[in-house]
Amino acid sequence: MLELIVYGVVFGSIISLGAIGLTLVFGIIRFANFAHGDLMTAGAYVALFLVTGLLGWLGVPDTNFGPLSFGWRMLIAFPVSMAAVGGLAIAMDRILFSKLRAKKSSAVILAMSSLGAAFIVRMIILILWGADSLFYRPGMLRHAVELPLGIKIRPDQILILAIVVLLVGTLHFFLQKTKMGKAMRATADNMELALVSGINTEKIITLTWLIGGALGAAGGILYGIDVQLHPYMGWNFLIPLFAATILGTIGNVYGALWGGLIIGVAQQVSTAFLLPTYKPAVAFMLMIVILLIKPKGLFGGSSD
Amino acid sequence: MEELARISAYLVSLAIMAGIYSVFCLGLNIQWGYTGLFNIGIAGFFCIGAYTSALITTPKPTGVYARYVHQLFGLDMPFIVGLIGAAIVCGIVAYLIGIPTLRLREDYLAIATLGIAETIRLIFNNEQWLANGPRGLMGLPQPLSWLVDPKHYNYVYLAIVLTVVLIIYLLIERAIRSPWGRVLRAIREDEISAAMSGKDIFKFKMQALVLGSMIMGIGGALYAHYTRAISPSVFTPLYGTFIIWVMLMAGGSGNNKGAILGAFVVWGIWIGTKFMTDMLPYTLKARAPYIRFLFIGILLEIILIYRPQGLLGEEKRVSKLVE
Repeated sequence: MLELIVYGVVFGSIISLGAIGLTLVFGIIRFANFAHGDLMTAGAYVALFLVTGLLGWLGVPDTNFGPLSFGWRMLIAFPVSMAAVGGLAIAMDRILFSKLRAKKSSAVILAMSSLGAAFIVRMIILILWGADSLFYRPGMLRHAVELPLGIKIRPDQILILAIVVLLVGTLHFFLQKTKMGKAMRATADNMELALVSGINTEKIITLTWLIGGALGAAGGILYGIDVQLHPYMGWNFLIPLFAATILGTIGNVYGALWGGLIIGVAQQVSTAFLLPTYKPAVAFMLMIVILLIKPKGLFGGSSD
Repeated sequence: MEELARISAYLVSLAIMAGIYSVFCLGLNIQWGYTGLFNIGIAGFFCIGAYTSALITTPKPTGVYARYVHQLFGLDMPFIVGLIGAAIVCGIVAYLIGIPTLRLREDYLAIATLGIAETIRLIFNNEQWLANGPRGLMGLPQPLSWLVDPKHYNYVYLAIVLTVVLIIYLLIERAIRSPWGRVLRAIREDEISAAMSGKDIFKFKMQALVLGSMIMGIGGALYAHYTRAISPSVFTPLYGTFIIWVMLMAGGSGNNKGAILGAFVVWGIWIGTKFMTDMLPYTLKARAPYIRFLFIGILLEIILIYRPQGLLGEEKRVSKLVE
């Protein structure tokens, strides 16, 4: 059971990375972005292209760091993929969502457009890579180390937690200490008020997509390292992402972080009683319960 | 002559599927077109409708079959009972989803319906005892099959599908032109002023959600008896939800003729792209469906940005009393 909770924290931290981006977009641009899961998938596959393709071609050595299942190539691919998917999210906004905003389309139309964008991204991935599961490093035996209390964990998973802590810490610093971060929180709180106080909201929107896309890509890559890559991985993340976002109150970054961890642990612990394939349904049930008893989530109030 | 018969048989099968999709579009039109409810779990109602009718109309397997085919029950009842049963079960499921979501922001319904569709598919996939798990059910009966040679049966089924479409169309047209229909549109346009006129928003939204989902259940049943074999893998978000949304948006939401037109046009495009991808080199052929869906996705985005009212657009005048 303790082991399941630890795995749940690893899985949940990946959900958190996606949910933070989703909640930022939900809070600032004000629509349910159904393409967010597929941005995670895109991040994982861009990194795959770099690790197994481009970087090898450029002569980056293919050796692992100690007990980890990846090395220099992934270290380079990780930030590059984050930037690329941040760019992809901005492009999506420019090509689709900003046009709809300019026409004063309703939030539901924007959500529908994001659903279309999700399918487009996924179809491109399916055309390029096919429908099979892929690995960054196929056929490698991945040994676990034993922690106190008999918990077996792979070195990769410890590193995943470290990366999530690093990314969330950086975001926390950015939101609390920098001018842009404060402007972002202000926009999430009240768009009109931010506008009249001279905040450039278009710039904030671009920044939101960049951060959301980049964190989503990070989540996708980490899932790829931990489990595998699959064209539907992001779509399957969508329900846990929304569950975490609603649990943690829409627009609340810290709420999304905790929401992700709670959902992740609940999903893993449920495998003790239910078939593992029911994991998305567990997240969904939790979300319904929250909607029934506390629809504003557990972290009501503003983003601080 | 033989060539002609082949072409006409092909067109009939195309029209049957477009007719079945018309049923879904009409159901979605009540929810989205008239009431503004964002249901992206159509595949879930599709699935429930198909399975309910299958369980109602097939006999429970006996003897050696019972070892290979598991199903919760098998009533061996007529087709029409299957259709009605499918509608009722879908209505109940819609009601249960409506309770936690219809009082909240509109996007919550979308997220919840998405969740329920995935959950339903997981249940049918994993629970062997319910409806034979991933292998699904086969040998569904077809109504009036004694009438003609099995070779020509599709003509009969097309007539059945078109009759159902016509009945649903007439009923919705009647309902939407009643005071009830005008309340739905008032809610879509401005919820607060509708509430201020003393309308119980929740109640009307619930009625639209349940009615639309019941129609989707009938669509699912029609599909099941056409293909005669169903398995959970059929009811994916792509075939079960996304393409129906594109159809309604293309035809014109808020217009029942548009809903039907959209189903036929988009299904025609979908089949047409198959001919195009058939010309692709062999190595790309396995991925042809993805290229076709990519095209459908782009089509949706173009409609949303450049022609959100669709081909026909909404009929503004829905009462003889108002000019």
